[in-house]
Amino acid sequence: MTDLIDILFTVGLWSSVLRIATPLIFGTLGALLCERAGVLNLGIEGIMTFGAMAGWLAVFMGADLWTGILVAALTGAAFGLVHAALTVTLGLSQHVTGLGITLLASSLSYYIFRLAVDVQGTPPTIEPFAPLSVPGLSDLPLIGPALFTQTAPTYLAIALAGVLAYVLFRTPLGLAVRMTGENPHAAEAQGLNPIHIRYGAVIAGSALMAMGGAFLTLAAFNSFFPTMIQGRGWVCIALVVFSTWRPGRALFGALLFALFDAYQLRLQTVFGSAVPYQLFLMLPYILSIVALVVMSRRARVPQALMKPYRRGER
Amino acid sequence: MRFERREKTSALLGIAAPLIAVAVALAMSGVLIALAGAPVLEAYGRIAIGAFGSKLAITETLTWATPLILTGLAAAVAFRAQVWNIGAEGQLYAGALAVAALGAANPLGLPPAALIVVLMVAGAIAGMVLLVVPVMLRLRFGVDEVVTTLLGNFIVLLFVSLAVEGFLKDPLAFGWPQSVPVVMEASLPRIVDRSRLHLGLPIACGLAVLVFLVLRYTVFGMQSRAAGLNPAAARFAGVPISGTLIRVACLSGGLAGLAGAIEVLGVKGYVTTDLSPGFGYSGIVVAMLAGLNPLGVVLAALFVAAMFVGADGMSRTLDVPSFIADVTVSLSLLTMLIALFFTSWRVRK
Repeated sequence: MTDLIDILFTVGLWSSVLRIATPLIFGTLGALLCERAGVLNLGIEGIMTFGAMAGWLAVFMGADLWTGILVAALTGAAFGLVHAALTVTLGLSQHVTGLGITLLASSLSYYIFRLAVDVQGTPPTIEPFAPLSVPGLSDLPLIGPALFTQTAPTYLAIALAGVLAYVLFRTPLGLAVRMTGENPHAAEAQGLNPIHIRYGAVIAGSALMAMGGAFLTLAAFNSFFPTMIQGRGWVCIALVVFSTWRPGRALFGALLFALFDAYQLRLQTVFGSAVPYQLFLMLPYILSIVALVVMSRRARVPQALMKPYRRGER
Repeated sequence: MRFERREKTSALLGIAAPLIAVAVALAMSGVLIALAGAPVLEAYGRIAIGAFGSKLAITETLTWATPLILTGLAAAVAFRAQVWNIGAEGQLYAGALAVAALGAANPLGLPPAALIVVLMVAGAIAGMVLLVVPVMLRLRFGVDEVVTTLLGNFIVLLFVSLAVEGFLKDPLAFGWPQSVPVVMEASLPRIVDRSRLHLGLPIACGLAVLVFLVLRYTVFGMQSRAAGLNPAAARFAGVPISGTLIRVACLSGGLAGLAGAIEVLGVKGYVTTDLSPGFGYSGIVVAMLAGLNPLGVVLAALFVAAMFVGADGMSRTLDVPSFIADVTVSLSLLTMLIALFFTSWRVRK
């Protein structure tokens, strides 16, 4: 029993929390931005996969790491544009379109990866982001290594949560986005263009999702392999509900989830073969469903979420 | 660009839509094939030959189409009622696992036909349970079933992995993680000599007709459609929404579970974690390509199966990654959505 508590005081646990959380922070913020404007983006799982592949491939071809992140963001934006064209302009089912984007983006990433890197067996690797130590702070016991020896994209993800919270709740642009997600007709009455706002939110949100995917291949790991996203995108969709569509809580939710994930990984070694490891791997998914059930009753869903907007039509 | 609703959709447009959608998807993946440095037309020729070029090829395509018909029906039934069942993959594995767990022995000495029926029903029930839970969560707590069924797929697959490495592990499989085999007498009879094609195909086609009739001519079919088109109006008209959606979930989950059961009884004989190469997800594409029509599902499943079987052979001879099949199939889902849009809307001049 003490073993279980001891884990909580290991440096390894806490420094892995932020690492596990980073792709979830990017993805959840991206999905949150889309949903705040009224568009559910189930393309997330595929967009993260494509971002992971595109960012890795760019670096593998000789680009530097930040260019890799940028390439990933641009490909994410491109898929966001497709999703917006289908769901905003044409007003198609956001569920089915999103799944279509996920199927397309993931199969395209596998196809392109196989074309560009013709290997069987161990995938080639790149030199990933190195951890940045914040001078002074990183020497603090326990929280030092946990908080201040992360890679640069992790700090970026945390900063983005603040930026998104500020933009959504403290700027006219954010008000316009939220209004479009609650009542696009009212937004239009204010002289705003709900169509443009939704396009912008979906494209920017999708770029964030792809950056989350790229973090996996450029910082957490150093290679790309199929199915590496492992449902992280769907977890992000659940985290958006958990966060009640607020960036700050999204950050908290992603960290909580990551703590849980890091903890179960270490539990596996404590219990060894006494308990099947699959049970531990199931926990994060089960936790997401439980979180959804608990939060859904209280959730204040953006009122126009999943409702296509057509000018002059109620 | 502005759009206006068409006053009515012509039957011709309804038939042309999927054909145009598939043609556009094929043209777009042609670009990708060219990118791989392969001759595009020859590649398509080889896909067609690989899928339909010989008796063996045709039976392989039909064997692939069988689970796709069932998962396609599962998606079509659910989507018509706006129950977003994305968990067919998990339901399929649940059905397969139920069959492996119950079919490893025949303690009651049931005759083969009865045993097969019992196992299929068990598989269907396993799939049903797996979908009824998320639908109840939606009705009770307002939890979006898309996310719960998607996350459920990962949980089920981990459970399958747990089972085939643990309590259902075949001790005679040289350490491979696979389940104990189903008893010989429970395997579905082959319907073509020297092929893998089994009785599952006629069963699946029969179910497609049955589902078509049920949806068109029964009260339940009418209620499920009403619940999907306009739940508020349906409730006002006296349709019991919750009951209807749960019945839809039973039918949809049951069909997906049956797909897993039939795949085990007809093809594999045991369960592994790679039993399904995404039949559950492809079922969604099948249903959409069919315009959610149960009879159309059979044709759409045939197309998707042909792409996968044909691309497999083509990729080996022309060195084009076989993922091209997945790309084409998912592209055709998106082009079909667009085509469907233009059957009921047109560009305003």
